[in-house]
Amino acid sequence: MTGVHRNLARLGLGVAMTMGALSAVPAFAQDEGPIKVGILHSLSGTMAISETTLRDVMLMLIEQQNAKGGILGRQIEPVVVDTASDWPLAAELARRLIEVDEVDAVFGCWTSVCRKSVLPVFEELNSLLFYPVQYEGEESQRNVFYTGASPNQQAIPAVDYLMDEEGVERWVLAGTDYVYPQTTNLILEQYLLDAGIAQEDILINYTPFGHSDWQTIVSDIVAFGSEGKKTAVVSTINGDANVPFYRELANQGVAAEDIPVVAFSVGEEELSGFDTTPLVGHLAAWNYFMSVDTPENAEFIEAWQSFIGSTDRVTNDPMEAHYIGFNMWVAAVEAAGTTDPDAVIDAIVGVEVPNLTGGVATMLPNHHITKPVLIGEIQDDGQFFVVWETEDLVPGDAWSDFLPESAVLEADWTAPINCGNYNTQTQTCGGSTVTP
Amino acid sequence: MRFRPLQLLMLALALACGLLATAPSRAQDGGADIGALVRAMGEASLRELQAIVSDLAATGDPSVTPSLEALAAGNLYVNDETGAVVIMQRNRMYDPVSEEEIAPVGDTDLSRIRVNNSLRRDIGTALGGLTLMSPNTATRMSAARSMLAARSPDNLPLLEEAIAEETDDAVRRMMNAARAVTILGMPDASLEEKRAAIPVVAQSAGREAATILNAALSTAPEELRPSIEASIAGIERDRAVWGAAQNVWFGISLGSVLLLAAIGLAITFGVMGVINMAHGEMVMLGAYTTFVVQEVIRQSAPGLFDYSLAIALPLAFLVTALVGICIERGVIRLLYGRPLETLLATWGISLILQQAVRSIFGPTNKMVSNPSWMSGAFELGGLTITWSRLWIVVFAIVVFVALLLVLKRTALGLQMRAVTQNRRMASAMGIRTPFVDAMTFGLGSGIAGLAGVALSQIDNVSPNLGQGYIIDSFMVVVFGGVGNLWGTLVGAMTLGIANKFLEPYAGAVLAKILILVLIILFIQRRPRGLFALKGRAVEQ
Repeated sequence: MTGVHRNLARLGLGVAMTMGALSAVPAFAQDEGPIKVGILHSLSGTMAISETTLRDVMLMLIEQQNAKGGILGRQIEPVVVDTASDWPLAAELARRLIEVDEVDAVFGCWTSVCRKSVLPVFEELNSLLFYPVQYEGEESQRNVFYTGASPNQQAIPAVDYLMDEEGVERWVLAGTDYVYPQTTNLILEQYLLDAGIAQEDILINYTPFGHSDWQTIVSDIVAFGSEGKKTAVVSTINGDANVPFYRELANQGVAAEDIPVVAFSVGEEELSGFDTTPLVGHLAAWNYFMSVDTPENAEFIEAWQSFIGSTDRVTNDPMEAHYIGFNMWVAAVEAAGTTDPDAVIDAIVGVEVPNLTGGVATMLPNHHITKPVLIGEIQDDGQFFVVWETEDLVPGDAWSDFLPESAVLEADWTAPINCGNYNTQTQTCGGSTVTP
Repeated sequence: MRFRPLQLLMLALALACGLLATAPSRAQDGGADIGALVRAMGEASLRELQAIVSDLAATGDPSVTPSLEALAAGNLYVNDETGAVVIMQRNRMYDPVSEEEIAPVGDTDLSRIRVNNSLRRDIGTALGGLTLMSPNTATRMSAARSMLAARSPDNLPLLEEAIAEETDDAVRRMMNAARAVTILGMPDASLEEKRAAIPVVAQSAGREAATILNAALSTAPEELRPSIEASIAGIERDRAVWGAAQNVWFGISLGSVLLLAAIGLAITFGVMGVINMAHGEMVMLGAYTTFVVQEVIRQSAPGLFDYSLAIALPLAFLVTALVGICIERGVIRLLYGRPLETLLATWGISLILQQAVRSIFGPTNKMVSNPSWMSGAFELGGLTITWSRLWIVVFAIVVFVALLLVLKRTALGLQMRAVTQNRRMASAMGIRTPFVDAMTFGLGSGIAGLAGVALSQIDNVSPNLGQGYIIDSFMVVVFGGVGNLWGTLVGAMTLGIANKFLEPYAGAVLAKILILVLIILFIQRRPRGLFALKGRAVEQ
């Protein structure tokens, strides 16, 4: 064992020296040849189900851009790595993408834990990460662009919809036990309490990843819902566990008319895994649905289905986020005239690109973007029917206004603030003084 | 695949609409008012639709029923060009008011009129009023049920009329409950009427009774409160008793899932002593076999769909048994007596199988549907028992008994036990031990495949399916006692029931942790599990 260790140490030293030598060479090599873009998604393991599609959509976007002549007259070359649903590995691969493959930007990650583990790498090596998935907020980092929804662009409007349109008075917040549902539910609980909902009218429930035995929880929900007040379930249940959850709901006879479930992690891709007849009427909140009827969307769907070679394949919200993120990066690089990260970070704030729902996405100084919020009801063909949408675009808020410790925080990556957690009370950069 | 039939449908519809466009529809025949209202649905927003539905219901005319039913079921379409509204069912078009079939000619597009939850509720209420006198018992039952849900005082005269006419006991009970519930909610009903209504609600409103009574309690006059409260307390008491029964049932159901997952491992690990990390993947392969069988049936013989599981069972057994035999002959055979290497090798095999399935079938979940006899639930007293869970319990018991018989009553079973207890002696007696090894591993794997067929009914069919069960399976086998099938049964049921009793108090996450801690403590006290094998074979 010690022999192995020594060899490893030598190898590490060798790599480190090579790196040092490499970084000593000026960035001269970068102006020649193709521009490299890293794609950091899980192509195996539990997350492969969701992330493989995102790799494919990135390859499609790059192919389209190359057909248009690339960026700055140079072709784009994708570098795909497989994070294998393994987060320490993701950090290693991110480092390899930036240092060895010398990519100019990385598009990737799905789970918050993946983002959190690669964050230090991007910070240290000063590169760019475009993160395409709805997340819990409470974060803004100079090197990361959050093209998915923050809680005020998904969770809060969904709760508003249920409260105003369906008259819901009693709430079940059901989620998978990890950082995104925990933080989102913390924000939602505070929001509901502020809206005058009593503590005993809120039931919070967490389940492990991949939970498949929902009998007890569904019967608890039914019992909770039989107290004479209109009840709804706000579900932050992740990916795979949703299928048995909805099946159990249907089997125990819970119809959407009685107890609607609004989900934040169930999209077209997840629904294509099962028979949606018993789910008709349950809701999902997203910033994009495949069923949205706009010329941009029709074009995108057609391009996607011909790229992937199947008319069965669906599009979903994180795919749109990559579409927006990639176009924003292209626009910023063209505006800056270089792929240098610092120049792109400065150029990208304020960049406007069309989204697929007929609006315009703007990159905000807090590195989040503006999005419309749509509420859709599941239909029997696995698509969503939009029953409600916000009138205006909602700007993404990095720090929730509903948590006391983050209400005073603001993120602004433009001069003169240049800070991800600027305290508006003390007027200093460095987070909140309120303890949670 | 999903869009093509839809497009064909649209095309057929489009053809149909030309005629509509040229010949004026008979929609107006059911009264100009209704015809105009129905036609207005074509262009209405959700809010306008809501108003139209209540207007239609207010006409009280039974001829609005077909259009409302079609709207709720998503069968109502509008012609994009002429604005005519039609019902579309099994590729045929009908007039929404006269219900006459319309010949499909033309070339315009139809689009579905979409509804949301609150609209569906409104339609249910409206239909309830209209179909309360229907000659069909089932229709009257569902009408009564929607009256119960609606609790609208406007329906009271209608309900009373229907109760007087009703001949079916069950439907009358439901109507009476609906009437009682409505009265309880009316501010101007007399005290006597309300008092009479309370026991009716408590007895016949089912799971909703407590809800309704609780709602009534807030508005009830002072005199009625004690009797409502007493009724609620009675319901709560019943519910507590049934709640415990419910937990036991959930526990048995979880236990049978654990048993199914673990029973194959009880052979490969328990009897043969192979630490088989690829066991979960055998379960996964069984589930994918079910998927393939269902796909083939869907495409070539949709009529056989209810038999899909019966067809999948032997196939899944064969497929996984074959894969198991290949693994045993190809890898494990070379590693007997080296548990650590076996563990690593089988773990590697499990990764290979997972990625192979991912490459062949894709990373997304596959749709495995429940046959009709496995869908839905029935009520047994205060218990809601879902058919799929009930069948899985039955199936687990059948598999367990069959396996026990194979091991105890067949020549192969005898040889298996002989080989695992004393390989050299068995060999000396003329038993082909390598053949028996392969068969034993094949049997264990085949049973895992059977479990896969059952689990495909309640879990996701994805390449990761097996991973979720491998830990639980080992836990059950070790807890029950290695090498003892009865131990596996008792272990699975104990863990299932303990888990389900802990879950309501501790939550799903903590319950799982507690169970793991308890098992660790237990294994420290009794390293051989619940039912330890005794004798010389164990000491080797």
